[in-house]
Amino acid sequence: MDFLRPASWQEALAAKAEYPTAVPIAGGTDLMVEINFDHRRPDALLDLNRITELREWETGRQTVRLGASVPYSRIMEHLRAELPGLAQAAHTVASPQIRNRGGVGGNLGTASPAGDAHPALLASGARIEAVSVRGTRMIDVDDFYLGVKRNALAPDELIRAVHLPKATGPQAFAKVGTRNAMVIAVCAFGLALHPDRRTVRTGIGSAAPTPVRARVAEDFLTAALADGGHWDSGRPPAPSVAAEFARLVAGAANPIDDVRGTAAYRRHALGVLARRTLGWTWQAYREQDRSPACA
Amino acid sequence: MRVTLTVNGRRHQADDVWEGESLLYVLRERLGLPGSKNACEQGECGSCTVRLDDVPVCSCLVAAGQAQDRDVVTVEGLADPGTGLAPVQQAFLDAGAVQCGFCTPGLLVATDDLLRHCPQPTDADIREALSGNLCRCTGYEKILDAVRLAAARSGETAGER
Amino acid sequence: MTAEPTRGPRRLTRAPRAAQGVGVSVARPDGTLKVTGEFAYASDMWHEDMLWGHTLRSPHAHARVLSIDIAAALAVPGVYAVLTHDDLPTSQTRYGLECLDTPVLADGVVRHHGEPVALVAADHPETARRAAARIAVDYEPLPVVHDEATALADDAPVLHPHRDDHHAPHVRHPNIVHRQPVRRGDPDAAAARADVIVTGTYTVGMQDQAFLGPESGLAVPAEDGGVDLYVATQWLHSDLRQIAPVLGLPEDKVRMTLSGVGGAFGGREDLSMQIHGCLLALRTGKPVKMVYDRFQSFFGHVHRHPATLWYEHGATREGLLTHMRCRIVLDGGAYASSSPAVVGNAASLSAGPYVVDHVDIEALALYTNNPPCGAMRGFGAVQACFAYESQMDKLAAELGLDPVEFRRRNAMSQGSRLPTGQVVDAPAPVAELLRRVKALPLPPERQWETAGAAPDVRALPGGLSNTTHGEGVVRGVGYAVGIKNVGFSEGFDDYSTARVRLEVAGGEPVATVHTAAAEVGQGGVTVQAQIVRTELGVQQVTIQPADTRVGSAGSTSASRQTYMTGGAVRHTCEAIRERVLALGRARFGGTHPAWEHAELLLEDGKVVTEAGEVLAALADVLDGQAIDIEQEFRHRPTQPFDRMTGQGFGHVQYSFAAHRAVVEVDTELGLVKVVELACAQDVGKAVNPQAVAGQIQGGTVQGLGLAVMEEILVGPDAKVRNPSFTDYLIPTILDTPTLPVDILELADHHAPYGLRGAGEAPTLSSTPAVVSAIRAATGRALTRVPVRPEHITDTP
Repeated sequence: MDFLRPASWQEALAAKAEYPTAVPIAGGTDLMVEINFDHRRPDALLDLNRITELREWETGRQTVRLGASVPYSRIMEHLRAELPGLAQAAHTVASPQIRNRGGVGGNLGTASPAGDAHPALLASGARIEAVSVRGTRMIDVDDFYLGVKRNALAPDELIRAVHLPKATGPQAFAKVGTRNAMVIAVCAFGLALHPDRRTVRTGIGSAAPTPVRARVAEDFLTAALADGGHWDSGRPPAPSVAAEFARLVAGAANPIDDVRGTAAYRRHALGVLARRTLGWTWQAYREQDRSPACA
Repeated sequence: MRVTLTVNGRRHQADDVWEGESLLYVLRERLGLPGSKNACEQGECGSCTVRLDDVPVCSCLVAAGQAQDRDVVTVEGLADPGTGLAPVQQAFLDAGAVQCGFCTPGLLVATDDLLRHCPQPTDADIREALSGNLCRCTGYEKILDAVRLAAARSGETAGER
Repeated sequence: MTAEPTRGPRRLTRAPRAAQGVGVSVARPDGTLKVTGEFAYASDMWHEDMLWGHTLRSPHAHARVLSIDIAAALAVPGVYAVLTHDDLPTSQTRYGLECLDTPVLADGVVRHHGEPVALVAADHPETARRAAARIAVDYEPLPVVHDEATALADDAPVLHPHRDDHHAPHVRHPNIVHRQPVRRGDPDAAAARADVIVTGTYTVGMQDQAFLGPESGLAVPAEDGGVDLYVATQWLHSDLRQIAPVLGLPEDKVRMTLSGVGGAFGGREDLSMQIHGCLLALRTGKPVKMVYDRFQSFFGHVHRHPATLWYEHGATREGLLTHMRCRIVLDGGAYASSSPAVVGNAASLSAGPYVVDHVDIEALALYTNNPPCGAMRGFGAVQACFAYESQMDKLAAELGLDPVEFRRRNAMSQGSRLPTGQVVDAPAPVAELLRRVKALPLPPERQWETAGAAPDVRALPGGLSNTTHGEGVVRGVGYAVGIKNVGFSEGFDDYSTARVRLEVAGGEPVATVHTAAAEVGQGGVTVQAQIVRTELGVQQVTIQPADTRVGSAGSTSASRQTYMTGGAVRHTCEAIRERVLALGRARFGGTHPAWEHAELLLEDGKVVTEAGEVLAALADVLDGQAIDIEQEFRHRPTQPFDRMTGQGFGHVQYSFAAHRAVVEVDTELGLVKVVELACAQDVGKAVNPQAVAGQIQGGTVQGLGLAVMEEILVGPDAKVRNPSFTDYLIPTILDTPTLPVDILELADHHAPYGLRGAGEAPTLSSTPAVVSAIRAATGRALTRVPVRPEHITDTP
C-alpha cells in the first residue's frame, strides 16, 4: 500500500491522475473502518488532509461553496442559517468525534445509501464540483448516485466542493435509528421548502439502493400548495394533503429487510417523517412570514 | 514509511509504519502510549479519543500518515506533571466514574474538551457531548456526576480568582 | 528470555487517607492508573521482540473441513508459524468449562460461524492477517440446526455424537445439553381452583456482554519449557485447568497472571485466546500477543442464551397465585460452555420471587449450530424474569388489580419455600423493594419543552435524530422485580483463597493481599483492601497482582467475589489476628490482664480492648517478624437438584432487586426514550456504597439495552449478521436515563458482614420493567426482547 501526501490541490489532482486506483482519505471515518476490519486493501491512500481549501467554505449571494472536507461540526455551528437541512443532518452524524473529522465529500465519495448528508443535498438541489487534471465539471446531485456505493465520479476525479443553494425557506431533516445517538439510519428524510420558486424538494436515505428524491410526492405537494394558495395565505395544507404526501414519499422508497429494520417499517417510518417534517417546515414558514426580522 | 508527530508536547518518530496503520496503533504499539484504547476500531465507542490539532477525534480512524507533523494530545497528556492529576481525572476518581476503566481515557479527553468550550454544561449538554463514548460498566450515572463535579470545582476556582 | 513483559501488571498501593474500612466509599486502588492511562490492560501488554497472533475463523456454521493448505501462508515473509489441529501437541485437543467438547482448533468439522480453524504468528498484525487470508481451507457445508424444531428432529444432524459428559445419559436427544425439571405440589388440582389462567410465550434475543476491552493476552515462552501467560479473564485457575492439558504441560509450567480486564460480564469465563497464544509462543519460542478486534471479539466469546419461554399461571380472584407451569428452551449453540448451570438457574428461579406451591417446570438447553452461549450477567435468571414478570402484568390486568399490589400479594419473604423446596432463610424484602420504587415521585412530564420555540430533541424518543417534536409521544410506567442466586450452586465446591501478609515497614504495620480473584472493574481490589483495614487495623494495604501462584479464588461471576474472596480475606485476617494476639500474649501477656481475658481488636496499628484501651503497638508485637497466611474460605454447601423433581438446597444465597421504569414512546415510529429507571435493591451490607451503586446502575443499563436494542442477529443459516458496534448497539449516555438507586441493607447472617452479592440482580428486573412501561404506553403485547420499532408499530 502506498501513502500519497499531496501538499496542494494541484498535486492531489496530479496524483489521482497518475494513480486512479488510489483511494482518497480525508476524515477517514468510512475508509479506516474498512481497513481496520480488513474489508479493503487499496493500492494507495491519497491523503487530502494537507489541502486546507477543502476545509473552507465561501458564502456567495445565492450559494454556499462548501469544501469537501469541511467537518460536520463546522457545518452545524456555522452554516445553520444558510444550510439548515444540511446542518440538521450534520448534527445526526455518528458521534461528536466523527463530526469533527467527517465531511460531505466523504459521504459523496462513499455514496452509501445510509450517508446522512444525502437527503439534505437532494432536498436542497446541490451540485458537486468534480475536478481532475482534465478540468472541472459540475454534477447535479440528482445525477450523482448511480448504485449501491457507486457514484458518477471518473477514476481521476476528486470532489473539490459541493455547491448548495442558500435556503430560501425552511428545511428539515429527520432520521430513524434504534438508538438515540451514534446510529446509522434505518431510514432518513429531508424536506426543503423553496418559497422563491414555490416548489418543494425531498431526499430519502437508507431506503433504496441509492439516496433518492420522492419526485411524485414533490410534484403532488408543489401542486397542492399552489392550488390551495398556501404560499400566500400561510395556511397549513389539509391533513389529507399531508397524508397523501406521506403516502407518496413512502411509495418512492425501495427498501430492503436488513439487520437495521424491515422494508415495511422503513416505508411506514418514511411516511411518518414526511408528514412531520412537512408540519415543522410549514409552521416555520408561517412564523418566518409573520416575523421576518426575527430570523 | 516514517511518521513524525508531536504527542503531549514531545516530538516522536515512528519508522517502518505500515501505510494502513491507524494513529491509534502508532500511539499504542510504536510510541509506548497505550492509554488510548482499542475497543472497537470503527469509530463507534470513543475509547481511542485524542485531541488532534486541538480537536477530539477517534484516533482509530486517523491514518498514521495523516498525523504527520500534527499535534496530538492523549490521556497521558492530561495530567500536569507538576501539579498531578487534571481536575477531570480527579473528578472521575472522586465520583466513582471508573470501573473497568477501558472507556475512561476517551471519556476524559472528551470531557476535558467539553469543559474547555462549555465550562458549566447542562445535563443535556453533557449527554450530547459524551454521546460518542460508550461505557459498559457504569450506566453513565457516575460519569455525569463526575462531569458535574469537575464543572462545579472549576466554577469555584474561577470564583476565587 | 525474561519472563516479565516490559509493560505488565503492577502492585496496587494507595497512600492511606482516613479510616477506609468496610462500609465506606473508598476510592479504587487502581483508579489513578486508570485515569492517567497507565493501567496495563491485556491489550496493552508489550514485550521486546514479540510476535502477533491471528485467528482464522470459519465462514460456515456447519461444515466438514476437507483440507487445509498452509503452504502459501507460511511463505509470507515475516510469518513465524501457522498452526492447525494437526499441530496440537497432545491427544487432548478439546477443552470446556463443564464438558470437554470444544476443539482448540477445528478437527474435521466446524460447528459454528467463526469457529477457530488456524492460527498465525507474524511480525506485524497485518502480516498475520495477510497470511491467514492465504490459508486455503476446503469446506463441505453441512445442514445446520438452528432452533428446537431442527435440533430435535428425528433425523437432525447430531452435533456431538460421542458425548461422555454426565448429562448425556439423561437426555432424550443428543442435541439436548441438559434438561432440568422442577415439580412440586399438584398443579392440575391447583389449576382447577384458579379463577383466571394466563398463558404466554416469550422470546429473549441473544445478548452480548460487549465488554469494551477486547479479548487479549501475551504468552511468553519460558526456559523451562513452560509458558507465562498474561491475560484478561474471570477465573485464572479454571483457565489453567483447561489450558495445561491441551498444551501437554503440567499446571506448574503454565504460570498465569491477570492483566488489566476491560469488563467481563460473563464473557470471559470461557477461554478465548489463552491456548492459542500459548501454542504460538511455544512453537515460535517468542512472546506472542493476541488482540481481537471487535469483529473477532463477537466470535471470540459466548453470548447470553436466547430463549423461548412458555408460561401458564393461575390466580384466584383474591389475587393469589394458584399454580405455574413453564417450559424454557435455551439455545446453547455449538458447544456446552456453562449451559448446564444456566439450565439449573432458569429452572430453579423460573417462578420468580413469588410464592407458588404448585409448579411443573422444565428447562433445557440445546446444541445448535448457532454461536455458543454461556455466561452473561444474570445467567438463566434474566430470561425467566422477563417471562414471569410479563405474566404478572398480564395476571394483574386480568384481575383488575394494580400490578404492584398483585405482586405484593404473592411476594416471597424470609421463610418462603421455593419451587425447589428450598426455604429462603435470609431476608427477602420483595414487597418492600417494590413499595420503595413505587413511592418515588414521578419525573416531570414533557421535559423536552423549552422556553424557546424549538423542543430539546435530546429529551425525546429518537434523540439527536430529530424524529419527533412531541408528536405521537406517550408516557408509560412499568414495574418488575427479580430473584438471582449468588455464588456457585448445585453442590459445586465453591471456595476462594486469600494470602495475607502482615509486617512492619518503616515503623508502620503494612499488609499485603494476594489472591487469584479477577478484578474486572467491579472493585474487588477495593473491598479486599477495605476488609484488611477493618480486620487488621492497618492503613497501608498493598494488593498483589492476581496470579496462579496462590490458590484459586473461583470466578468473578455469579455475584460472588465480595462474598467469597472478601470472605477469604476476612477469614485469613482472622487467622492473622489470632497469631498477632498469640505473639502479644507471649511478649506482653504479663503486663495487662486483658491479654488473657478480654476480646481484643486490632485498630489503628495497635492491639486494643473492646473498650478502646491500648495494650501494645503492632510494631512492638511483631518485632520484625512477618505473619504470612494463606487460607481457603467456603460458603455453606449446596446440593444438586434432583434430576426428576428439581428438589434440593441448590443455592447458597438469593439477591433481589426491583425497578420502576418511566418511558416515553413515539407510538407512531416505535422509538423509545427511557426517562427514568429507578432501582431498589437489598445488598445485605454495602461494603463500598459507591461501588455498589455503580454495580446497580451498570446492571440496570445492561437490562435496558436488552429491552430496546441489544441483539446478536443470527440467520436461519446460523450465521451472525451484525458482529460490529455499528449494528450491535449498546446504550449511549443519551439512551440512558437518570438512575435513582435505593440500597437496603438487611443482613444475611450466613454471609461475611451480612453482605449479599449485588452485581447481577439489577440486570434482571430492568428489562421487564422497561418493556412493561412500553406496553403501558402503547397497549401492545410485546412478548419479545429486544423490542424493535416494528413491534411497537405493528409493522412486519
